[in-house]
Amino acid sequence: MGMTITEKILCAHTELKEVRPGMLINAKLDIALGNDITAPIAIAEFKKTGAKRVFDKDKVVLVPDHFTPNKDISSAEQSKILRDFAREQSLAHYYEVGEVGVEHALLPEQGVVLPGDVIIGADSHTCTYGALGAFATGMGSTDLAAAMLTGEAWFKVPESIKVVFHGTLQRWVSGKDLILYLIGLIGVDGALYQALEFTGETVAALTMADRLTIANMVIEAGAKNGIFAPDEITTAYVEKRAKRPYKFYASDPDAQYCRVINIDVSAIEPQVAFPHLPSNVRGISRAGEVKIDQVVIGSCTNGRIEDLRVAAGILKGRRVAPYVRLIVIPATQEIYRQAMQEGLLEIFLDAKAAVSTPTCGPCLGGYMGILAKGERAVATTNRNFVGRMGHTGSEVYLSNPAVAAASAVLGRLAGPEELS
Amino acid sequence: MKLRGRIWKFGDNIDTDAIIPARYLNTSDPQELAAHCMEDADPEFVKKISKGDIIVGGSNFGCGSSREHAPIAIKAAGISCVIARSFARIFYRNAFNMGLPIFESDLLWGMVAAGQEIEVDGDRGSIVIIGGGEPLAVTPIPPFMQALINDGGLMQHIARKK
Repeated sequence: MGMTITEKILCAHTELKEVRPGMLINAKLDIALGNDITAPIAIAEFKKTGAKRVFDKDKVVLVPDHFTPNKDISSAEQSKILRDFAREQSLAHYYEVGEVGVEHALLPEQGVVLPGDVIIGADSHTCTYGALGAFATGMGSTDLAAAMLTGEAWFKVPESIKVVFHGTLQRWVSGKDLILYLIGLIGVDGALYQALEFTGETVAALTMADRLTIANMVIEAGAKNGIFAPDEITTAYVEKRAKRPYKFYASDPDAQYCRVINIDVSAIEPQVAFPHLPSNVRGISRAGEVKIDQVVIGSCTNGRIEDLRVAAGILKGRRVAPYVRLIVIPATQEIYRQAMQEGLLEIFLDAKAAVSTPTCGPCLGGYMGILAKGERAVATTNRNFVGRMGHTGSEVYLSNPAVAAASAVLGRLAGPEELS
Repeated sequence: MKLRGRIWKFGDNIDTDAIIPARYLNTSDPQELAAHCMEDADPEFVKKISKGDIIVGGSNFGCGSSREHAPIAIKAAGISCVIARSFARIFYRNAFNMGLPIFESDLLWGMVAAGQEIEVDGDRGSIVIIGGGEPLAVTPIPPFMQALINDGGLMQHIARKK
């Protein structure tokens, strides 16, 4: 009996000949990741064991991206724990402010995570790297501590759901809309403990940016990981970035799936997740009149250059509606530079947007764009829980960058079609 | 392990932002986190609870962010255990790793009201509603997770294996 791509990658990181859903395994890790919120606890747990060295200084990655540049004294103390540990352990992958970017945009861009890897991160959106054909999943700080010590983690091999996208995407419809649509269909626990494997003719034509956005949000359906079989689009993305060997895996034709979901994408319009769950999804044509106060374009979900190009295309020659704040956050320094060279930053500034250095900041209600009571934001981010971006009486509407940019111009939740 | 306490009831999809909002994640001090436990689901929660009280949640408890600060805040606030219809994956894993007892029961949520007392017998895997009828069985804890609990958490489990 065949194995899925998820099962094959996990299996290849053990001594076993095959693995099946439900099996508990110990797998060797290629990368273990922490950030300025989760790593301090992991580092404390690591030190409590009396250990002197991490298992491999090239495989432990620390990215201080959530509250950096430090928002206050407490966050400065947390970042310092990472910096001191990175220096003490001579970690190859530590990113100081000035080089740092939002972790899940940064690591694929820098070639730190690669196809065929097993990656854990003490951050729930670690699942993003499934876009490259890796097994990647989020865990907590203690799991990271154990990983830094042993280079391994325990996993229950997940069942896989096969999601088949077919048909041609409408204008303004992107990876964000496909994943929002899927979460709306199956619910926030619709893939709990399971793998979501994306395939079909639409997927074959999707850019890496769209794949990263889709894999990023599988956690919003409760999934353990999301995964795309690598292809020539993957090759084009990784071959110029990789500094170590990588391997492509594919599901066997007779691999077992617990569920198959077929979605005709040609019927999908831009999607919006209304407060307060990512599954509370409607098409933009059914949005109704929702006045807004803020728009955020950025994050590990949609802060890549492709996202900024879409937003700039809509904002060019226009300006943000009165009394609305537009905050644009290129997810990495490389994206920031690219946006500058392409003239996108000038378009944003002309439109009266604020452009920020890379940070997770507003997405999690950390800083750099907190909402007051009663305020509403359209955001290209990934969660819209109660209080996610500020006051518990505020609201977040999740969308793609085109809808976010059009909404900023019109001062209400709106699709780009309304501007033409 | 027997745990007896008053229950506080929450609905489905209680996310980790509700359990411990990100605005407090600039620290990992358990007592500071405990002071804001469940704040965005019930702002008065920490003022109302007593040591040993029990949280009863609906399905997908602990969804969202991977922050281990969520089970840390619950434990440090004095909550003895969490019983939910189901747990989100990372929260489930974190709770076992850091030593917050959690149990799954599909039935309990529909049978109890806030303020009622229950007793959980972790060894027998049963819940008694005080003044209620027959004990309810909780979903059995997988043997591996039981080994983690017996060893006192993941780090101790690894130390023992070495």
